[in-house]
Amino acid sequence: MSSDPALQRVAQGGGLALCAVGSWTAPFAPLLERIVADAEKLAGSNPSIVIDVSRVAKLDTFGAWLIERLRRSLTQGPIEARISGLSTNYASLVDEVRRVDSAPAVAAAQVTITGILAQVGRSVAGIGDTIVGLIDMLGAVLAASGRVLIHPRDFRLTSTVHHLEQVCWRAVPIIVLITFLIGCIISQQGIFHFRRFGADIFVVDMLGVLVLREIGVLLVAIMVAGRSGSAYTAELGSMKMREEIDALRTMGFDPIEVLILPRMLALVIALPILAFLGAMSALYGGGLVAWLYGGVDPEAFLLRLRDAISIDHFTVGIIKAPVMAAVIGIVACVEGLAVQGSAESLGQHTTASVVKGIFFVIVMDGVFAIFFASIGM
Amino acid sequence: MAEPILDAIIRVRDITVQFGSTRVLDGLDLDVKRGEILGFVGPSGAGKSVLTRTIIGLVPKISGRIEVFGVDLDAANSTLRRSVERRWGILFQQGALFSSLTVRQNIQFPVREYLKVSQRLLDEIMVAKLGMVGLRPEVADRFPSELSGGMIKRVALARALALDPELVFLDEPTSGLDPIGAGDFDELVRTLQRTLGLTVFMVTHDLDSLYTACDRIAVLGSGKIIAAGTMADMQASEHPWLRQYFHGKRARAVVG
Repeated sequence: MSSDPALQRVAQGGGLALCAVGSWTAPFAPLLERIVADAEKLAGSNPSIVIDVSRVAKLDTFGAWLIERLRRSLTQGPIEARISGLSTNYASLVDEVRRVDSAPAVAAAQVTITGILAQVGRSVAGIGDTIVGLIDMLGAVLAASGRVLIHPRDFRLTSTVHHLEQVCWRAVPIIVLITFLIGCIISQQGIFHFRRFGADIFVVDMLGVLVLREIGVLLVAIMVAGRSGSAYTAELGSMKMREEIDALRTMGFDPIEVLILPRMLALVIALPILAFLGAMSALYGGGLVAWLYGGVDPEAFLLRLRDAISIDHFTVGIIKAPVMAAVIGIVACVEGLAVQGSAESLGQHTTASVVKGIFFVIVMDGVFAIFFASIGM
Repeated sequence: MAEPILDAIIRVRDITVQFGSTRVLDGLDLDVKRGEILGFVGPSGAGKSVLTRTIIGLVPKISGRIEVFGVDLDAANSTLRRSVERRWGILFQQGALFSSLTVRQNIQFPVREYLKVSQRLLDEIMVAKLGMVGLRPEVADRFPSELSGGMIKRVALARALALDPELVFLDEPTSGLDPIGAGDFDELVRTLQRTLGLTVFMVTHDLDSLYTACDRIAVLGSGKIIAAGTMADMQASEHPWLRQYFHGKRARAVVG
């Protein structure tokens, strides 16, 4: 029943008849397109052209449209091509495609130098918008916190605890594991290089200062940005896509208070805890390697650690944690609320959330380094 | 169950589907005739969508046999399965348009995957399909998020029809449309069925659709087909749910 389609040319009186045979259906569309393109060359060669479709075995939209397309291109000036032999079954289909106007073409994207420059310009101007957006969100969150302080009954404890479980409790194993390994690596590398100067024991100083002051909190903040910042953006973004945030607003709830404040608070509480656990785990890993690989026994390690570091090192590290958490949270929420209707947009904003989160965390770390150096901590 | 239909396009035999310990479909039999519009009704949560999804292979079944176009889908190899899938189109309840593609790309997607044809023909077919579902070509470059609910349904139908399928599954096509839009949609399904010779499997709650568009109605209840037949058969039925459904206040309003 599905036979290859063809278009037979038959001379008919003074004119030409084109007899369509076979199945003019979608599976044969590539072949049909070639047949029709060939036949279109006959335009203007004959005073009258008839397209005879009486022997078509099967016709669908593809076939009907191609016949209609052929009829249109053969119709030139005084010559009018006709379709004949149309069975009643297919007449309505052909009528349907007859209404098709020529398709609007896709506006082809052109890559020009001005285009590229304009794109660069827009991106640079976008940096300003990003910063304004972040400050805007910071203000909104602070205002919401103020309202919650005045009316503590509006505070969403359950939600906060839920998010705390997600970003803190469930993050503990991976954070502890990774910081443990980093501690091991720092210690091993330190011992390996310091040994040449006979300064093995100073690895404890390096490990202590590095882990408590910088690496501990920075590493944990980066992991939290990747783990929880992306989750916040994806959650808020998909809620935005399904109009859930609009629904909240129309019910008289403030999305900042209901969705963002609990998330921010959870993150601000979680990051110092995780940073502390991470630092301990890194020190433990470093100590273990120093003992097994460097021959520094645990008692010597602890004595040296007590001498090398002061509470200031720890304070400096842990003070940074909640600020970094706030930065990650604000970036994630701004990106989440910026998601537009498509899945692609969700992906772009989740990526942007992690990238910007990590970037701002490192910028903040630099700002803190300058600050603490100038106050002599 | 009525006597088996000879030229059935879908033949479902003794299907059982279970989620956890809840049995949703329990030894269900159903035939859909070639060229008919079958309306499929039943109480909410009775498993209408589950049956649709089982037939198209999205929900696994515990036992039973499904034949579509005479092909046993469990026994079919992947090539045969793909050739069957090419011959049906599905309109999901929420449209399920690809959100990061424009209307144009959404409709052209299945065509582009299966047929090597020129961009010009793709565009022309896209416009033809949009015309069939009653949309102007101007919407072609909009994204799904920029369309109204009714337009999403229409574009989704255009995509379902892109490859000129012989069979379409419509899952609540008129839900969420205004009565005029819903009426147009019923008319549209009728027209397409006439022009393209479609077989339509339509899950619906819309009594108007059942009256105006459907040739036959099947009713799902407690995991089985409790009745199948024409509207007249349904109205004559003594089954309590059917009586309530087809003689309720809303039904009387439709009959007039």
